[in-house]
Amino acid sequence: MKNPLDSLGQTVALGFVLTIVIVLLIHAIA
Amino acid sequence: MELVDITWWNFCFRWLHILSGIMWIGHLYYFNFTQTPTVPKIPAELRPAIPRFIMPEALWWFRWSAMSTIVFGLLLALMNGYLGQAIILGIGSHSAHITDIGFGMWLGTIMWANVWFIIWPNQQKVLGMVEVPADQRPRLARIAGLASRVNTLLSIPMVYCMAGVHFY
Repeated sequence: MKNPLDSLGQTVALGFVLTIVIVLLIHAIA
Repeated sequence: MELVDITWWNFCFRWLHILSGIMWIGHLYYFNFTQTPTVPKIPAELRPAIPRFIMPEALWWFRWSAMSTIVFGLLLALMNGYLGQAIILGIGSHSAHITDIGFGMWLGTIMWANVWFIIWPNQQKVLGMVEVPADQRPRLARIAGLASRVNTLLSIPMVYCMAGVHFY
């Protein structure tokens, strides 16, 4: 399987996904 | 305004933190969005200019701006009295503000460690500043490149947490 980090587009997309996860975590913790 | 006005120093550290952060992430995005995709298109006889002239200079600004970003950021957190709470992500504080900045600080710290302990030591070997057998260089370049990509990924939620702190 190809590493998603080899693709700049997939890296940025994962960055946005991680942002959503962190927003949900902020709401869950606080 | 007194010279020792704490509010002014607080602003001053925030200003220097942001300036350093622009320098750092600007270089990170230059490496990932401009240099890496463009190098294969450069004629072979011109390509050595990148590792010989551009990379050493760019990596100097890159790593030292990462350092000043974290130093001014930690001073700011200390001065504002939330450093300890932010480290534990504001758990128990019921403050989304502290949890948000805590996530931002952890993401930024992981990125800083990536720069100083993975990207820079490997790049020194790739660029020949530290001697290693030539056959190891492609593997070390791969490690440095992946760490740089991880930082590009992490920069997106990191900037969300840093810039969005006033929404929480």
